[in-house]
Amino acid sequence: MSLPNRRDAEVRRLLDTRHPMVPLDLAARAMARGRRIVRRRRAVHAVLWVLLLAAVATGIVLAVLAWPDRPAATPHDGPWWTG
Amino acid sequence: MPSPGRVGKRRTTAEARRDAEFAVFAAGAGGRLLHAALLLTGDPEAAEDLLTAVLARVYADWFRMRAEDPYEAARCELFRRFFYRPWWRRPRGGVLGRLSAQERLVVTMRYFEGVAEEQTAAQLGLPAERIRTISARATATLRSSDAAGPAAGHGGAPGGRAGATGGGVAAR
Repeated sequence: MSLPNRRDAEVRRLLDTRHPMVPLDLAARAMARGRRIVRRRRAVHAVLWVLLLAAVATGIVLAVLAWPDRPAATPHDGPWWTG
Repeated sequence: MPSPGRVGKRRTTAEARRDAEFAVFAAGAGGRLLHAALLLTGDPEAAEDLLTAVLARVYADWFRMRAEDPYEAARCELFRRFFYRPWWRRPRGGVLGRLSAQERLVVTMRYFEGVAEEQTAAQLGLPAERIRTISARATATLRSSDAAGPAAGHGGAPGGRAGATGGGVAAR
């Protein structure tokens, strides 16, 4: 933190003017836009959840349908690292 | 507005609470934030657009920030948005009309909002020495243009003359 000096104080004084008038409908506009953002986020989340659930369901169905009843018995006559 | 028949009652009450809290926040902090946006962009219309986008984001994130200060979040968002603006949307005019975008950002953060030097450096991803250099240069430019007359606005403010000008002001 630098010490407060005269130059900084001068710049601060230059910037220290009255706040501009805020338009009356600015908050309302921001609120409407924020609601749109929230709605968009919600839609994206819903789509992602649906995709995830669909993927899980597909995986389960495929596993049930295509699971081998009996694992193929492989004769173990190779070296040990081939299983 | 989500219709109350479709969504749950809890969400409806939460939305109503958010609307009320956000309205209070916007009424309280809007003036100062708009002033900062005006210093950054130099143009009232662009400042309003920037502030609307920032406030919309704050509104959307209202439930996400639990214990944070919404003003702090809005300020960060304002600076971030201005920082990541494309180069063709260069700010011009305003009180800081003779500074570049980066200098405007640093001056507004440090002298208008009073953000500490280290925090400014961390937010902008620059070393603290760089921030010090930028703010020293911007300060010199501002003071020299101020000494030359606020309405003069002629180009070319040599930083080397700042000391001489300051001496002249001090001598008067």
